[in-house]
Amino acid sequence: MGTTYLASYSTLGFLLVLGVLVSIAAFAANRLLRTQAPSPAKQTTYECGLDPVGDGWAQMQIRYYVYAFLYALFAVESVFLFPWAVVYDRPGFGVTAAAEMGVFVAVLALGLAYAWRKGVLRWL
Amino acid sequence: MTTMVSADTLDISFPEVDYLALAPLLIVFGAACVGILLEAFLPRTRRYSAQLVLSVVGLVAALVTIVMNVGEDRPAFAMSDGSRVDAIVIDGPGLFLMGAIVAMGVIAVLLIAERRVSAGGAFVAHAAVAADSKADAAQARHPGATEVFPLTMFAIGGMMLFCVAGDLLTMFIALEAFSLPLYLLCGLARRRRLLSQEAAMKYFLLGAFASAFFIYGVALLYGYAGSVQLVDINAAIAASGNSQVLLLSGLAMLAVGLLFKAAAVPFHVWTPDVYTGAPTPVTALMAACTKVAAIGGLLRVFNVAFGNSGNPGGPSLAWDWRPILIAIAIATMVIGAILAVTQTDIKRLLAYSSIANAGYLLVGVIALGQALGATLFYLVAYGFTVLAAFAVVTLVRDSQGEATHLSRWAGLAKRSPRFAVIFTLLMLAFAGIPLTSGFAAKFAVFSSALEAGQTSLVIVGVLSSVILAFPYLKVVVLLWLSQPVEDAPAVSMPGFMTGTAVTVGVVFTVLLGLAPQVLLNIVDGAGQFLAK
Repeated sequence: MGTTYLASYSTLGFLLVLGVLVSIAAFAANRLLRTQAPSPAKQTTYECGLDPVGDGWAQMQIRYYVYAFLYALFAVESVFLFPWAVVYDRPGFGVTAAAEMGVFVAVLALGLAYAWRKGVLRWL
Repeated sequence: MTTMVSADTLDISFPEVDYLALAPLLIVFGAACVGILLEAFLPRTRRYSAQLVLSVVGLVAALVTIVMNVGEDRPAFAMSDGSRVDAIVIDGPGLFLMGAIVAMGVIAVLLIAERRVSAGGAFVAHAAVAADSKADAAQARHPGATEVFPLTMFAIGGMMLFCVAGDLLTMFIALEAFSLPLYLLCGLARRRRLLSQEAAMKYFLLGAFASAFFIYGVALLYGYAGSVQLVDINAAIAASGNSQVLLLSGLAMLAVGLLFKAAAVPFHVWTPDVYTGAPTPVTALMAACTKVAAIGGLLRVFNVAFGNSGNPGGPSLAWDWRPILIAIAIATMVIGAILAVTQTDIKRLLAYSSIANAGYLLVGVIALGQALGATLFYLVAYGFTVLAAFAVVTLVRDSQGEATHLSRWAGLAKRSPRFAVIFTLLMLAFAGIPLTSGFAAKFAVFSSALEAGQTSLVIVGVLSSVILAFPYLKVVVLLWLSQPVEDAPAVSMPGFMTGTAVTVGVVFTVLLGLAPQVLLNIVDGAGQFLAK
């Protein structure tokens, strides 16, 4: 079983190699076929047609951590809610499953309630 | 591999849950959650007493339910079709480890709650305020926030879960559940803010690194065994034809994660800095409870998954990992002991002593089932002594807060003989002098290791404890025979809570030294890990 298990990764490895080869071929073909006429405007970073502003190493405003915090809270919640929603009405689950999910959501809500009381959710 | 995700696995059934077995964990985590609610909705002035009562009552209730579970020997979840769910396994050693963590946790909570020794307690409210800024100076003037209580409860709950987790994923969650609060607690010291923040940062970065090793090891072991349950991994070692590369590299990475938490050489570099920078009550919590959890996790993993306690006489991996673990144990004992000799700060000295003690505990881990009882005994004996030692450290103060430099301790016996007697007793216990718990513990571990055939380890252990006795006795000589320095620090009168912590620690140190049989009978009665 050991060899077959690792062998199943060979498809993935083949795909990786193929992907690298295709992009190398595309860039090589581009370089061979195109004309060379550099200008300062062409050297700037492409940013959807707008002139790029500032440096790549911009500092992030630390306040955005609130978004990360809320995202983690609700993303984790939904990761568990979706599979639960598929099975909770099956025989043998019912009230217990609903109660357990209630406990889970309540624990997450606890963190949100704490953050709200401490004023984390207020945008200063 | 495709069969494992076929449609029939969607036919999930509900496990039978043994709520009494889960009760200790539910109570501690529940108390932590209620603590957050109290923090959010109670007026500031009433939080401290409410949090203290909630934490202590929660831990005592958990201890009661642990005692009610004594004698149980099964997983807490049971599937109706008979398949195993080992997420949480309630067995003798697991219950003993949980009980030890909770009992020491009560003492640690008392130390954390102490507010009479230094005004407002040892903690500030915000860990991440830039050190020595205006905001930081302002928060140092206010009494500390009471978030430390729920954080401590989460940490203690995580440590308990770590000791009874029967699969590696639950173990990882428990590892994170006790590590994350500890990182934060390390950064909350009221005095020497920058040192405290540095400690928290170092502990966090290195701890996250160790967690990554742990989870990657889990992934490789899953690749090998097709399961994360310890018993399944053990069965796969006997039967599976999968590549040993996955197994051995998975085991190595898992061991790195576990040995980091146990502070074994070469994964010990964080210990001195973190133990020094963290608030002393938190250091006490880490030295006592985290040590129990880390060694408890090592014991379970190596006994159940990589030893052959479930199937004596069957094939075992022990031949593969023992030489490496023996090398690590020897390095831990020797390097911990030698570096302890050179220390000039009492907290750093205790940190290196904690590293060396991790080495003695590893001797117990390597000897597997035969030394299990002795290792459990050692954990309790060391834990209570180290709690009392750090409690005494919080009492020696000058105008700058705790005076931890050893030169400042010179001649303290002249002014505070009672304190000096207590600290001398604790130092003698660490040094392993007969009639103290330290001697009984070392004797138990070394004699069981001898029975298990680990003669070379025992020789190194005994030699390194001779080296390690030197720094302890140096402190004793310093206390009694040196001349006091100018403006020597004073020994504060302990408040009720620190007094209790010191008393309990000293009583255990003496009691386990005079009558070790009481506890040895209990650990013998705890039996072995549930491995079948």
